[in-house]
Amino acid sequence: MKKNDLKLETNCVNTWCPGCGNFGILMAFKQAITSLVEKGIPKENIVINSGIGCASKIVDYLNLNSFCSLHGRPIATAEGIKIANDKLKVIVFDGDGGTYNEGISHLVHAVKRNIDITVLVHDNRCFALTTGQFTSTSPKGFKSKSTPEGSTEEPFDPLKLVMASNATFVARGCSLRVAHLKSLILAAIQHKGFSFVDILQPCVSFFNTSELYNKKVYETSNNNLDSERYALKKINEWQPNQKNSKIPIGIFYKVDRPIYK
Amino acid sequence: MNTEYSILIGGAAGLGSRRAGLLIAKLFSNLGYYVFIYDDYQSLIRGGHSFSNIRISTSRKLSSCSKIDFLIALDKRTWTEHQSELKKEGILVYNKDQFRVQRNQAIGISAQTIVQDLGARKIMENIALVAGFAKTIGVEWKTLKELLIKEFNKSRNINLQIAKIFFTQNKSLAKIKKIKREKFPLLTGNEAIAQGAVKAGLGLYFAYPMTPATGILHYLAGHSKNFKIKTIQLENELAVISAALGSAYAGLPSMVGTSGGGFALMTESLSLACQAEIPMVIVNSQRAAPASGVPTYTAQGDLSFSLTAGHGDIVKFLVAPGDAEESCYWAGKLLFLSWEYQTPSILLVDKQISESTFSFDKRILEKIKPIKYLKGDVRNQYMRYQYTKTGISPLLFPGKRGAVVKVNSYEHNENGITIEDEISAQKMQDKRLRKYKEMEKAVEKMRAVKIYGNKKSSRAILAWGSTKGPAQEVAEDLNIKLIQPLVIQPFPEKQMKKALEGVKNLILIEGNALGQLGSVLASYGIKIDAKILKYNARPFMSEEIKRALDKIWKNEKK
Repeated sequence: MKKNDLKLETNCVNTWCPGCGNFGILMAFKQAITSLVEKGIPKENIVINSGIGCASKIVDYLNLNSFCSLHGRPIATAEGIKIANDKLKVIVFDGDGGTYNEGISHLVHAVKRNIDITVLVHDNRCFALTTGQFTSTSPKGFKSKSTPEGSTEEPFDPLKLVMASNATFVARGCSLRVAHLKSLILAAIQHKGFSFVDILQPCVSFFNTSELYNKKVYETSNNNLDSERYALKKINEWQPNQKNSKIPIGIFYKVDRPIYK
Repeated sequence: MNTEYSILIGGAAGLGSRRAGLLIAKLFSNLGYYVFIYDDYQSLIRGGHSFSNIRISTSRKLSSCSKIDFLIALDKRTWTEHQSELKKEGILVYNKDQFRVQRNQAIGISAQTIVQDLGARKIMENIALVAGFAKTIGVEWKTLKELLIKEFNKSRNINLQIAKIFFTQNKSLAKIKKIKREKFPLLTGNEAIAQGAVKAGLGLYFAYPMTPATGILHYLAGHSKNFKIKTIQLENELAVISAALGSAYAGLPSMVGTSGGGFALMTESLSLACQAEIPMVIVNSQRAAPASGVPTYTAQGDLSFSLTAGHGDIVKFLVAPGDAEESCYWAGKLLFLSWEYQTPSILLVDKQISESTFSFDKRILEKIKPIKYLKGDVRNQYMRYQYTKTGISPLLFPGKRGAVVKVNSYEHNENGITIEDEISAQKMQDKRLRKYKEMEKAVEKMRAVKIYGNKKSSRAILAWGSTKGPAQEVAEDLNIKLIQPLVIQPFPEKQMKKALEGVKNLILIEGNALGQLGSVLASYGIKIDAKILKYNARPFMSEEIKRALDKIWKNEKK
């Protein structure tokens, strides 16, 4: 099938802010889907899922089967779709608020089950659509209308959380590195088992991290993907509360484990 | 003429009183009797006090009697708690290694000593009492032996050995007659619900364990190969219903089951099922609430909540069946209706139906039709929410070449894409309301309201759900009318008003404290003359309904 025949766009007017990190994710995903279809996956066998928030609007902009679920629930919905029809490639888009706050139990358990779906987290480290409150990944001291003195909570590292839940595919990407992100998304969808990509993304309106990510993000690769030690070392390299720490992106961990059926 | 016996068997949890009760029930069932078992147990694993009240009769009964003919006590507490219920001429069969009783018609069984001597497990003392009891009432050894062979596999020989000893030791004091009647299998309400849903084409059952709905999960999981379905336990009720909506979207008929607290969690997605127009059956098996309430006991307190569950203007069915056959039928029928109208349904039962055991007339299964739905096609551009006259849009599922199937929790256009403008928002809500009109019409064509007893009586009682059982008995005994609404949403107003024709005195009977169905009736202008409400976490018995009616009618005369 030619790229032009795919018609991945819809007529829906895009309402993301100009310069929003979501555009990079949308672009990378379209490229990944185009590659996937070229590799022989029928377009009709792809199902995308989302919850609520800026990230979740992505399903309206893609002419693919989609289920826009409730806040925090798209992983559970995606699991049901996959359990009902194993032929489908099921991909979830959700924000850090939906995945790590409202729906964290579903993430942890889906990872534990190793169900063959892909979760792409648009991690802008704040609730954007509700005007910028702190989430699980917002840095300590994050000032917002709900935390005028700054948040007193330390963030947790979602990558460590999924590692602790027995993940089989763990990656971090960045919306500013579209080509790299495309390769991560493609590898994640092709992974047999639960694949997890935390995508760092600036929120131009409430937490503009563009400069930080442009400066600190670097692409890493290795041949030692089944080493938990290596993975944790890479994950721990970035400490959000340390100004000078670098931010590695890439696949950190990939192993095979029986898939949940 | 009805011949009937009530047998109560009890003991601490872990002594096997429920299993022993079921064996006794099966003995009678095999002899052609109808059986109804009420199981009473506490929220604990070992100890406490559990009992089964087994009602055996030659005509069908759906509730327990407070006076019992046979008391089988595996421990002393059973005797002390239930001796006042045993009729004067009733027979006590008890474990005399546990305690001693001075009473005529008391048969002590040295269960502990012999079971210990045989090196058998303590729980097998229950077989000693079953065998002693069987002999006492004149069951033949052959009948008991056949049952035990069928019921036990691993521990068959030791159980037969114990049974033989105690059967031989005891004397027959009565002779139970064999009844010529087609034998009905014994099924719990939960098992009947599972069978009904499977008959209609259930593909997937999702649940998180919660009493009293857990039996559906266990039964379906244990029979998933025969039934060709999948059973999935997930991390919580939020996941359960979200996943079930995912699988229904992918084309597989799905159902979930829970009790009040779990149902409360599911309501966010009940609203989603309505908005996204995804077929879903939710079984809400009530227990005494609010909150954790009295978890292993019954109530009818979730009616108001279930009727209004879900944020927004919700289009759904709610049906409250009153026995095993009705539960079976409506589980299947609701799956059918959910797929026909692409909307959620609630099957509202309670502990009294879910966990009681019934003589089940399986001919009801023949009345359940496999689901069908309006199928889409891809010749024109497929739109999941295409506007139609009935409000029902053609269905296709992901994986269909040429179709893009988009469903949405946000208000959406025909393609399933989010909208916010006033015209589209109203148009899509109107589409769902057109469906509701169709549902209302459909309900009036079903048998949504049932009448029992003397249909011409000007005195009528009104009961729903499990209260139908004892109320039916009352109506038949007192020659008055019983009206039972089965479908409560959409409310079958015409049928109800027809049922009320000629009624001059209407008394409502409900297992809750506020008279919740009474409020529903009031909203249709139906006036209740008096209410009989019970909310001590126990089911109604016909005797107490009769006493309450008596009191009401006496006061009226004054």
